[in-house]
Amino acid sequence: MSVPLLDIAELRKHFEVGAKRGAWRRFRDRLSGKDAPTPKLHAVDDVSLTIGRGETVGLVGESGCGKSTLVRLINRLLDPTDGVIRLGATELSLFRARDFAANENRARIQMVFQDAGDSLNPRYTAFDAIADPLRRLKRVGGDALVARVDALADMTGLPRELLSRFPHQLSGGQKARVGIARAIAVEPELLILDEPTAALDVSVQVVILQLLEDLKARLGMSYLFVSHDLNVVRLLCDRVLVMYLGKIVEAGPAAEVFARPLHPYTRALISAIPQADPARRAGRLRLSGEPRSPIDPDPHVCRFHGRCPIGTTVCAQSAPALRRMTPSRDVACHFADTAVTLNTVQDSSPAKNGSGEP
Amino acid sequence: MSAAPALAVEDLCVEFRTRSGVVKVLDQVGFSIAKGETVALVGESGSGKSVTAFAVMGILDAAGRVTSGTAMFGGSDLLALPERELAELRGRELSMIFQNPRTALNPIRRVGEQIADVLVRHGGATRAKAPALAIEMLKKVRIPDPERRAKAYPFELSGGMCQRVMIAIAIACRPSLLIADEPTTGLDVTTQAVIMDLIAELAREIGTATLFITHDLTLAAEYCDRIIVMHAGHVVESAPSATLFSAARHPYSARLLAATPGESGALASLASIPGSLPDLRRADLPSCRYSERCERRLDACAEPLPRTAVGEAHIVACRNPL
Repeated sequence: MSVPLLDIAELRKHFEVGAKRGAWRRFRDRLSGKDAPTPKLHAVDDVSLTIGRGETVGLVGESGCGKSTLVRLINRLLDPTDGVIRLGATELSLFRARDFAANENRARIQMVFQDAGDSLNPRYTAFDAIADPLRRLKRVGGDALVARVDALADMTGLPRELLSRFPHQLSGGQKARVGIARAIAVEPELLILDEPTAALDVSVQVVILQLLEDLKARLGMSYLFVSHDLNVVRLLCDRVLVMYLGKIVEAGPAAEVFARPLHPYTRALISAIPQADPARRAGRLRLSGEPRSPIDPDPHVCRFHGRCPIGTTVCAQSAPALRRMTPSRDVACHFADTAVTLNTVQDSSPAKNGSGEP
Repeated sequence: MSAAPALAVEDLCVEFRTRSGVVKVLDQVGFSIAKGETVALVGESGSGKSVTAFAVMGILDAAGRVTSGTAMFGGSDLLALPERELAELRGRELSMIFQNPRTALNPIRRVGEQIADVLVRHGGATRAKAPALAIEMLKKVRIPDPERRAKAYPFELSGGMCQRVMIAIAIACRPSLLIADEPTTGLDVTTQAVIMDLIAELAREIGTATLFITHDLTLAAEYCDRIIVMHAGHVVESAPSATLFSAARHPYSARLLAATPGESGALASLASIPGSLPDLRRADLPSCRYSERCERRLDACAEPLPRTAVGEAHIVACRNPL
């Protein structure tokens, strides 16, 4: 395999929570023997992943699972607690997030934000919004800038006469196009898409998704596509990563993961996709209860324990590591082997579909 | 439908006064919901789904005005009732689950108190007994550790939990009509599934007629008996869910289905809907508001909108249906 575009190894981000103690208070606490470490929220915990050139990788998981933190780490808006982020040959984790805006590598990773309306400066016209990164990162000006912005508007299907408008004068689909044009203006190698169509109607969503697919083919970018609409992930992504409470619990080719999920959480996620056809609703998995606390989680307990339909006492004694199950798929579950065999059984006898006992 | 429907809306027209003119938001909207039935109202944003619900509940914005129509509910017309009587019905007979639970709940009162308020105001419970009943309700919507959670403020609960509290408030007095306005927008798919199951189960248990507003056709198909498709303030098609998915007759419904990502198929096979909603302030709005986007338009489409029954409980408002 060739060198991946993005290579992340053992990435961690822990946030300190609770009241901040000053230096004097910490000293006094230590003297009186009450020196408990500050509780830490493990937002991203030991995540390793790669994204190849020209690949589209989907990142799915429920809110609070650390998707956004991971994206902000990759985008270098946050400093990791620990771990390595490498983009091509450059080790991005060596740069501090606060200086990264001025870094020459800034143009290599760009992002399309979730709500196109909220992420555009209301006092910038569409032209200014698209021109801003070009001015700042590529030092383009004058006629060249106008020509480039026009070209970007054409590329993203934004009528040129709308370039003088402010965000509130644009429709949702048009704002989404401005957000995309702005992100691709500096020709990034990696484009992070954070639920780019969540706020759009289905008819507009289709157009935007097709635009993204088309742009990827033309510009040869890699995509990291964050979404919780699994039907959209299935359409757009080559590979999918499933995240649960700061950890990647399953990774593999999108088509395979959706057809034969190996982790019980992935199964629950897929079961939760609404089904129009009543015949396909049998044997679905519903999660009960709330996720475990992400604050100082016990390293010896599986993060999914307590909500998991197949969990046993083993899961409360040792946390499963992400293991390679088949050449293309990784799963973090003690019972993944059974799931592999169970799936083979299911394939031969579809009547047994959904019997979820290990 | 043999028995009298729980809610029968007929010829509902709503206008909004704005600085740039009168917007004809709803035009002759008509539908009915039988007792115990779950009906979905679907359409793009701006199609008038929420306004329909607000008009029925009598909570339209001050700029909005019902210009004609009736909404028969238990022998009285909701649109003609004086505000005092309507306020008596709301919360007891009619209730609503709002889109964003965090903004719909009172941020500075404990959730248990908010449920107790409804029980005291509409359910005939005494102040002394209400807190215990509120905890009962929290148990019913399956909130773990209800005694402790009753004392929580909305900001201390997750989005899914807040939505459960909203549901508890909505069903506290066993209403005969429940309107759920996009109850799961902004929630995770896993939470969405649990919340939708819960609404369906409780509605079945108390025999409530449910009007479920959504833009997600597949979600509507899974949980509703019937789907009503709205476009620009018109009801364009109404059909049993399975029928709509297998044989949609209105060109707009068919387009909407073709744009919805599903289980199979590639991105290229999805098609968007050409054009956009017409400007509802226009004086020369065509009688069929979809006609300017429609590829099956005939000359006859300029005539008043028909309402053709094309099958069992299947009505389509089109002169040239598929």
